Amino acid sequence: MSTLDEKAQAGMDDHAAHGGDGKASGAGGFIILFFIIGFAASMVLGWVIFPKLLYSQKQQPLNFNHALHVEEVGEGCQACHYFREDGSFSGIPKLAQCTECHEEPMGDTEDEAIFVEQYVTKDREVPWLSYSRQPDCVFFSHAAHVIGAKMDCVVCHGHIGESEVSRPYEYNRLTGYSRDIWGKNIAGFKRNSWDRMKMDDCAACHKEADAIHDVSVQTQRGHCYVCHK
Amino acid sequence: MKHEQTHGTPMKYGMAIDLDKCTGCGACMVACMAENNIPFKEDESEKLVSITWMRIFKLSNGKSFPDLDICYLPRPCQHCEGHGGHSPCVSVCPATATDYSQETGIVSQIVTRCFGCRYCMGACPYHARYFNWWDPVWPDGMEKYLSPNVSPRMRGVVEKCSFCYHRYQLAKNKAYLNGGRRVPEEAYQTACTQACPAGAIVFGDLNNPEHQVHQIVKPDPDNGNRSRNDRAFRLLERTGTNTKVYYLSSREWVRRAGDNYLAHEKTGQVAKLHH
Repeated sequence: MSTLDEKAQAGMDDHAAHGGDGKASGAGGFIILFFIIGFAASMVLGWVIFPKLLYSQKQQPLNFNHALHVEEVGEGCQACHYFREDGSFSGIPKLAQCTECHEEPMGDTEDEAIFVEQYVTKDREVPWLSYSRQPDCVFFSHAAHVIGAKMDCVVCHGHIGESEVSRPYEYNRLTGYSRDIWGKNIAGFKRNSWDRMKMDDCAACHKEADAIHDVSVQTQRGHCYVCHK
Repeated sequence: MKHEQTHGTPMKYGMAIDLDKCTGCGACMVACMAENNIPFKEDESEKLVSITWMRIFKLSNGKSFPDLDICYLPRPCQHCEGHGGHSPCVSVCPATATDYSQETGIVSQIVTRCFGCRYCMGACPYHARYFNWWDPVWPDGMEKYLSPNVSPRMRGVVEKCSFCYHRYQLAKNKAYLNGGRRVPEEAYQTACTQACPAGAIVFGDLNNPEHQVHQIVKPDPDNGNRSRNDRAFRLLERTGTNTKVYYLSSREWVRRAGDNYLAHEKTGQVAKLHH
């Protein structure tokens, strides 16, 4: 009897002991849960909310259909984005160039109506927002890349020629630079050559392509003045 | 993405400034400031804060009338080559903000890289470098006159003459369009060269025998690039900075003023070549 009592007593003690353990693991789980929630919250903050706060959006003054134009003009990008006689690059066309074809509305889309009414008839330049504008200290030569190195537009600009709508222009609120410079991916991962246009991306390609690496005395690589001004 | 790069012999851009032709009019300084978006201060006579990439110094032979003689000496960055491109400023820059190019011989200054320690200013024997104590301020509306080819500098960085490098970049664009890479002599000239009414400044490639500057200077590569022209000298030549701006004068006291000679030393005498 006494042994039974002792056993029962021991079992109760065990039970009590287990009960105590159960409380402790509950607190541990709560701490882990708290950590996970905090971690998830900071991840969301850093990866979703911060980029939203960092970048602001603007819409282009009117929607531009690249695919349609490439089809119509038939000469590819060079039809509108060409080299001037002095070797500089024309970039985004000026109004005068558009009106060569668009003196009168050339279709019945809403954007065509905006374009002709707001800009052509009023003789105002369209304030296009440039996705690829580099910072002021950068000298970029289209001639060196397109003529000299025979690179395709797609390498840096992606398949913009196939786009049917103008995507929103996103810019960094702090620096004012277009988001295309840093790239869509906030972590800086890139899958395509046109995903990002930071100095490292220029440098990576230059390191690969330049036959001469020893031009710079300081870095034994390309000279800073190649791309800076 | 490998592509052919037929650069051939590297260029070495330099200047020959004829001090006997220079009248000290200051057109080069004005042209330089306009060309390179150089900010000016309310009081430009305050030389501690004013920035002048190209500056004219007035030299005197120290004699009194009627033996007094005056010479004006325009001083851009001398674009020192030193030995193997180790010019004084390039050697000390801890930020890799200034660099020497073996391709053009131009000492670059990347202001967005500079953090303003001013070590290079201390190292430069020619006072060719200037510090931006303030952000540039232009009078209302004048910012519209700024050149888009030169990036204005911000407070806290060092700047200096670049031999109008942006003009080289633009000239090279045209060279690409014409199917080449070489920039012709007349396609790349600095603003000061073109502004000089006396034609005292000649700019070009010192390595290219067809360029006028080479024909004037006739640099001797076996003798530390010293000029074979008797009229030519360089500033502080004996320190071995191996500059690419050569000065010309027929007056011996002017040539002598280009360096610190001891009384017994002859003008142009080199005590010992540095290695």
